[in-house]
Amino acid sequence: MMEVMTANYAAAYAVKLARVGVIAAYPITPQSSISEKLAEMYVKGELYGKYFLVESEHSAMSMLIGASYAGARTFTATSSHGLALMHEMLFWAVGARRPIVMAVVARALAPPWNIWGDHMDVMSERDTGWMQFFCENNQETLDTILMAYKISEDRSVMLPSMVIEDGFILSHTYEAVDIPDQDDVDDFLPPFDPEWKIDFDDPRRFGGLTMPDWWSEFRYRIALDQEVAKKKIVEVDKEFERRFGRSYGGLVEFYNCDDAEVALVLAGSAVGTAKEVSDKMRERGKKVGVVKLKTFRPFPAEELKKLNDMVPVVGVFDRSYTFGYGGALYSEVRNGIYVPGGGALVKNYVGGMGGKDFTPKNMEFIFEDLLRIKKEGKVDRMVEWINIKDGTGRW
Amino acid sequence: MPKFTIPKEEYVCKGHSACPGCGTPLALRYTLKALGKRTVLNIPAGCGGVILGVWPSYALKVPVVDNAFECTAAIADGIRAGFDVLGVKDAYVVGWAGDGGTVDIGLQALSAAVDRNANIIYVMLDNEAYMNTGIQKSGCTPIGAWTTTTPVANGKGWNTSPKKRIMEMLVANGIAYGATVNVAYPEDFIARLREAKDIKGTKFIHALAPCTPGWRIDPRKSIEVARLATQTGIFPLYKVENGKYSLTKEIKNRKPVREYLRLQGRFRHLPEEAINEIQRLVDEEYARLLKKIKETNE
Repeated sequence: MMEVMTANYAAAYAVKLARVGVIAAYPITPQSSISEKLAEMYVKGELYGKYFLVESEHSAMSMLIGASYAGARTFTATSSHGLALMHEMLFWAVGARRPIVMAVVARALAPPWNIWGDHMDVMSERDTGWMQFFCENNQETLDTILMAYKISEDRSVMLPSMVIEDGFILSHTYEAVDIPDQDDVDDFLPPFDPEWKIDFDDPRRFGGLTMPDWWSEFRYRIALDQEVAKKKIVEVDKEFERRFGRSYGGLVEFYNCDDAEVALVLAGSAVGTAKEVSDKMRERGKKVGVVKLKTFRPFPAEELKKLNDMVPVVGVFDRSYTFGYGGALYSEVRNGIYVPGGGALVKNYVGGMGGKDFTPKNMEFIFEDLLRIKKEGKVDRMVEWINIKDGTGRW
Repeated sequence: MPKFTIPKEEYVCKGHSACPGCGTPLALRYTLKALGKRTVLNIPAGCGGVILGVWPSYALKVPVVDNAFECTAAIADGIRAGFDVLGVKDAYVVGWAGDGGTVDIGLQALSAAVDRNANIIYVMLDNEAYMNTGIQKSGCTPIGAWTTTTPVANGKGWNTSPKKRIMEMLVANGIAYGATVNVAYPEDFIARLREAKDIKGTKFIHALAPCTPGWRIDPRKSIEVARLATQTGIFPLYKVENGKYSLTKEIKNRKPVREYLRLQGRFRHLPEEAINEIQRLVDEEYARLLKKIKETNE
């Protein structure tokens, strides 16, 4: 059934379709309309599970960890400062191997106050062990939440997932979204059935003290299972395509890349802009490709390595910045595709932060700059900030 | 009246790693004897988590979920929510936190759980300081006590702030049931938990338990010291049900607080006038409690 809705409403519909058992929520802009829509569905009796109001995002995540231990499927949504407040419990969710799924409506962190789209919040949580899936549009937000449960709850994975949609750009923008039939979703996503949960007849302790000798073994298992998750993500994406007719590339989608002279790697809603600009530039004979990073954690380094054979120059567009170095995606991509003594040249573009408009014209500028680098054969500046009011934004 | 019995079943195993004379294992034993096998404890950072042992072993015969310092009430309510959704009805969910994890860092989550009237039992194991990290002042450290962060030198420097009135905060919030218990009174301890367990909503148990290294006491005297806390009126045993206060242990002739203080090294530095001042504060607080009992039962 097609309906016109925001990404936030699409997320709420996904939660309903996934038959989530326990939802705990605390409002924060621009996430609030997910919580509100779910509250409305709950009051109308449309949700399978229960909806709880908590006093903070820290308690929201805590409550879900508890509910997941009891054996319930769980969901929350947050943004920016809320995600930062959860930081501690994000580690607990991973260490406790609770396959919680959370929508993160990506937003900047203050000061100065800024409620708009940005990736600083999600990038700050990349080392927690959560899987991180970026969405390009509203449909993808709904579909990714359904897929995320299937991936997270797989007994060979058992890790939580963040489904990331860009604040306001997607969260408050209306698009046509296909809502799958409940029966089809039930068929795709079986009920949560964890191997380990609270059992009074077989009492166990979860998360107790471990000595140094064993602690790293627990970390090692998480590291291994992130690798397992890569295969699972591709598998689930293929199954989703088979059942619902939509695919998002699994880990990475290469668009217009086959004969490209340069390629730009990016994640989130800007991918759509990049694809459109790439199409337009190709009409003018400029062969520019787009690499959509669907999955940021686990990081698809092997898949991205292919870029070395595809193009001589790779650009990376970041909506975040790791102060003192470059964008987070940039450093990851650069390390990921690195081959000793060769490989593609890589340049970082930083822009669209804190909700700043990032236009097709800006995107075209990046592609033109990459073509220039290809021609000159060297990267003169490591990082370029796009659209900075004072200064050149170059170094 | 049927005869009061204490169940023989033990849910705390031998071989836990509590210090000699520690009140915590006693509190755990009494709690689990009262609630039985279908109980899950969730325990944040604190002695409670450490004395149960090191993975892969642990010293309880019921499931335990460990958690971060400030989220006991939220995790407990989450477990309850999961049980409710999955139709698990005959189980007790207990948040088992220390005084610091309750009146300080865990207060926000606890107050919100009471706001939701979360159907959980919250036991605050009160040993009057951050004992697991090495005897630092908490919101429950009593006036006059030495701790490593309220050190004493040149006849001054001990803790000067009164113990937080956590029960009053929760009663003001409209908690379903609250009671103080003391490991020196096992029958009363068990009776309160039996009373609390089937009340719907949030139940708060404030359990006093001595810490021998923190209180600087001879391990053989820990029960004697704990009993004196109640006999002197420093830690009266009472409950609050639907806003009504009542004493659960009548103390006919309260002993002077000096008897309690002088047994503990953490109060050794106190001059006579400070002890007299503490006596005055305890009398005042006790009178306030009696007044509340009178008022709420009128």
